[in-house]
Amino acid sequence: MNIKVLYFARIKESVNYSTEEIALPVDISNINTLKAFLAKRGEIWADLFSGKQVVRAAINHELVDDMMAIHDGDEVAFFPPVTGG
Amino acid sequence: MSVRVQTADFDVAAALAEMRLASADIGAVVSFIGQVRDINDGDTVNTLTLEHYPQMTERMLASIEKEAQSRWNIVNSLIIHRVGTLKPLDQIVLVAVASAHRGDAFKACEFMMDYLKNQAPFWKKESTPDGERWIEAKTSDTEAQERWQQS
Repeated sequence: MNIKVLYFARIKESVNYSTEEIALPVDISNINTLKAFLAKRGEIWADLFSGKQVVRAAINHELVDDMMAIHDGDEVAFFPPVTGG
Repeated sequence: MSVRVQTADFDVAAALAEMRLASADIGAVVSFIGQVRDINDGDTVNTLTLEHYPQMTERMLASIEKEAQSRWNIVNSLIIHRVGTLKPLDQIVLVAVASAHRGDAFKACEFMMDYLKNQAPFWKKESTPDGERWIEAKTSDTEAQERWQQS
């Protein structure tokens, strides 16, 4: 399964890029397991995605919770709580 | 109903006149303007930079308008939100609602602003004499949105 992942704001600055294509292993099926997968990439990633920080997720431009399933071709975005207005 | 996300400033008087004059069944227009403050958490703010998630932003703002329309009798609504680098006294956001009677417009305007604060994918970074920092989300903003879920 191939997905596009976008990062915004503080998270984008921490990982140092804004977008990537990821070929997911078969056992990664939702936001929760994707976060765990990303957390294994190293210290910066573990800090962000192991649950210490609030990281919101969207799939195809819709806010979703961590149990939401991911499908081939999805655009997944990770970002901190929003601060507009 | 319309939504605009832009770097350019906006003319509130022109936007409100256009909304008001579109229909004679409008009896009330309520608007909210947000502007950049020069002090935050005790520090001088030189500039404020707004980042957003294009496509999702427009979609989320449109869904907030739609939700307001389902709750109150609204004739029209408008959200303009700026992105990019702003300075103190610059306008950030305009939320305006037109309705037959004032009650609907007042409530819907506050509702839309509370939801925008909690759901629209914008992030603010401020530049102070000590450097740059991301603004943290406030619990009070979350509570402001939750009020609308109880009623």
